[in-house]
Amino acid sequence: MSTQSYFPVPPGVGMEENFLSLDDILLSHERLPVRTECSFPRLGFLERSSDAHDIPEGTKMELPLWLSKGLYERKRKVLSVDLPKVYKEGWRTVFTADPCVVDLHKMGPYYYGLGSQILHFDSPENSDIAQALLQTFIGRFRRTMDSSQNAYNEDTSALVERLDSLEKALFRSGQNGLNSFQSWEKGQASQLTASSLVLNYRKRKLADVQT
Amino acid sequence: LLNLSQLIFCFRNEAKSFGRSDLIPSIKLRHCCLLRNQRCITAYLYDRLLRIRALRWEYGSVLPANVRFHMSAEEVQWFGQYKKSLASFMRSLGEGEGLDITQDIKPPKSLYIQVRCLKDHGEFEIEDGTVILLKKNSQHFLPRWKCEQLIRQGVLEHVVS
Repeated sequence: MSTQSYFPVPPGVGMEENFLSLDDILLSHERLPVRTECSFPRLGFLERSSDAHDIPEGTKMELPLWLSKGLYERKRKVLSVDLPKVYKEGWRTVFTADPCVVDLHKMGPYYYGLGSQILHFDSPENSDIAQALLQTFIGRFRRTMDSSQNAYNEDTSALVERLDSLEKALFRSGQNGLNSFQSWEKGQASQLTASSLVLNYRKRKLADVQT
Repeated sequence: LLNLSQLIFCFRNEAKSFGRSDLIPSIKLRHCCLLRNQRCITAYLYDRLLRIRALRWEYGSVLPANVRFHMSAEEVQWFGQYKKSLASFMRSLGEGEGLDITQDIKPPKSLYIQVRCLKDHGEFEIEDGTVILLKKNSQHFLPRWKCEQLIRQGVLEHVVS
């Protein structure tokens, strides 16, 4: 429902996730390359490549963010988390060179979100990663804002396809603002409308009848 | 939630005392999985409540049967309690005179509006006693506040010239 009464829990800002945010739950599903620093007895079935009963120390695996965060301890007894290549030195230089050119949707749709969460794992490159995230965002923001405020009543898929999910949310709010303003200018702001719930239900019913 | 933590605590202590502290990482991993499931379930149920709450504002205080069919008993009860809280709040506004804040969400421009009927809805009585027949595609000039709910429910369409 894209109405004024349904307000879903937004994703967290920075290093904090919102427990109830569906976006953050999806974000924390992303996988990270990890190396175990201790053994995990009887959990061999999680690691498909070997038939071992246990997961030995030193195994390289990919674990989702939520599991990595849950197991990680500062003293490094349990896991060491490696950086995905998008956050490493090589890619960081590409971003600083020209942030607007990169397809952030392909680089993992949650580039900023995952980048902020990676800071929890005490990498020595943390401050560089944080800087890169910030500079990339600043570099791209102007273009996102401009295009969202000027694309009225047209197909925006070309503008949106290279944006990360945070930028997409910003683009959507920009579009909402633009559309509301335009409808006010046309005098449609006072027109009463049907609840979108009703409209969606009707559409679904028609689809059921047709199949 | 409390029981879960106590259970884990017991397992850890048992593991330590039996000299099986090597099992602790696996126990911890399983605990993370349980917490994850709990988070997903809670977020899903909470999102449903947010949508149900929006229904009170979007649709009205009586939910259509097909929506109620998909709600759990607890959700129906929650909706009833939310309705009650909202109603007592609205009654307290304007120095005890009450104000229906679910009406006129968009600032009204006139007392009467032109509406077109989108489906047959039967007879409709207005203040001065006249009865209007709401037949599909008929147009009427009616008091705005009487129509607002029917427009939201998709029975009438507001015609703006």
